[in-house]
Amino acid sequence: MTNIVVIPDREALAQVSRIIRAEIIETSHKSEAMHLGGCLSCVDILVSLYFGVMSIRPDDPDWLERDRFILSKGHAALALYTVLAHRGYYPREQIDTFNKDQSRFTEHPIWKNLPGIDATTGSLGHGLGIACGMALAARINDKSYRTFILMSDGECEEGSVWEAALFAPVHPLGKLIAIIDYNKWQACGRSNEIMNLSPLSLKFSTFGWAAYEVDGHNIGAMLSLFRSILDSPDQRPVVIIAHTIKGKGVSFMEDDNNWHYRIPTAEEVMAAHRELDVL
Amino acid sequence: MRDNFSSEVTALAGADPRIVLLMADIGNHLFDRFKELYPERFFNCGIAESNMISVAAGLAMSGLRPVVYTFSAFDVGRPFEQIRVDLAFQNLPVVIIGLGGGLTYSPLGPTHYICEDLSITRSLPNMTVICPADAVETRAAIRVSLQHNGPVYIRIGKKNEPVIHECVPNFVIGKGITVKDGTEICILGTGTIMPDVIIAAKQLSEAGFNPRVVSFHTIKPLDTELLEEIFSDYSLVVTVEEHSLIGGLGAAVAEWISDQSSPSKCHLLRIGTPDEFLYHAIHQKTARDVYGLSPEKIAKTVSAHYRQIIEKMH
Repeated sequence: MTNIVVIPDREALAQVSRIIRAEIIETSHKSEAMHLGGCLSCVDILVSLYFGVMSIRPDDPDWLERDRFILSKGHAALALYTVLAHRGYYPREQIDTFNKDQSRFTEHPIWKNLPGIDATTGSLGHGLGIACGMALAARINDKSYRTFILMSDGECEEGSVWEAALFAPVHPLGKLIAIIDYNKWQACGRSNEIMNLSPLSLKFSTFGWAAYEVDGHNIGAMLSLFRSILDSPDQRPVVIIAHTIKGKGVSFMEDDNNWHYRIPTAEEVMAAHRELDVL
Repeated sequence: MRDNFSSEVTALAGADPRIVLLMADIGNHLFDRFKELYPERFFNCGIAESNMISVAAGLAMSGLRPVVYTFSAFDVGRPFEQIRVDLAFQNLPVVIIGLGGGLTYSPLGPTHYICEDLSITRSLPNMTVICPADAVETRAAIRVSLQHNGPVYIRIGKKNEPVIHECVPNFVIGKGITVKDGTEICILGTGTIMPDVIIAAKQLSEAGFNPRVVSFHTIKPLDTELLEEIFSDYSLVVTVEEHSLIGGLGAAVAEWISDQSSPSKCHLLRIGTPDEFLYHAIHQKTARDVYGLSPEKIAKTVSAHYRQIIEKMH
């Protein structure tokens, strides 16, 4: 196991993010796996959660009291796998099998295939309902864990998201915290041009959620927001609209939607690593 | 059957604090007792079946035993992908109760009746599919399903269906229940058509035949031990179901027999609904008659088919 220590310092976490981005880009190249842009947009959110917010035990991944995390945008599995490796769930080298024949590191994560994966995802729009079930179960089972879920903005086009959005405030699931990686893109275009998502936080707040907006690349701001939310007596479910940039961290990938499907060449990996200052 | 399901699940919830009941806004007072006794474990999930299935998955992943309830047409038809990924793929102990599968709700039109639910659910790995014949089997089915470590679909009828069992039979998932012994002809019925199958068997007996009748309540897994026995010992096996001939009981048995290494001399006759929709209001009894599923038509089809077999043998 490596890097088990939690790093609360925001500068140190920013450095962890840079390293994780570099590794994601390299793995994408080696394994010829797509969805790079959406992986890079959520790295800072994942690093904030796993290194500064969530109550977890990497050496006891099924700990019953652990905070749950559902990667509802399952196509960003590579980002989650890399963060989990840095958090000590398994050695980093195992991710070299990502997307390879017979690998447990599938392009979309599978529950129980790997430690730290709390749900099978990949089909968009399932995670929020599952998260509602887990949050309800916490109440029924008298547990104090929180349920975190990361969704994509394009995912919010699924009707089932809004079924769950109507369900959660009624019960009310105050320990449910949904984060939307609002990178403004989906596979084939601008998310707000394909479906009418904006204003996303207003949509959730009118449904009865406590809605917040944050810069999804500002780790300090996210840590402060999470702390204030978790300290709040508010019983409403929480949604955080995290404004992000698809392909964040590499100038020639940022906000270029070609990187939804494109695989970086060896030269592009080098250039990206240079920019990320990890060479 | 629905009242029996409700009272049984309420009784079981008293003994097992893991049982959670989810429904999608049908059956106004059906669950009053459950709500009164276990309000913290009852959820009307609204008219949002896809979310209901995902919520059930989240509950089951947290150690609970959810039971979800609505019309078969809605809890199988609408959230198929949630059932496939969240429940079947993850192999979660969630019991889906489908109210009024088959032609039960044919008077309400094509949105409310469904003759494809067994085919849909049977196609999913890890899924168990049960069609109780009456209220007694319904109670038994919910009991054993809540002990089963995987998803189960139970198709029930509506209310006041005739009861075929005088006492509680030994109900085991994947094991048919013989309700009448016989020779030469063996009729496998499944679900709420069973009382009519029994009437048909009586009519056949009066006409000089002596069919065996089995309540083949589990569509998946198939009772292959029983199939081996009857395809060896009988001349004609008949499947009767209020379901499409595509993908239901008859199709499952046909698939099984076609995969056997040694050919059987026993013939298979499948009686079910055709590959078509109903485009007008039609009561269940009339619909059964139109599709050859009334007792008289079942008896007539079986006797005619058996006579043809005998003629060919001679």
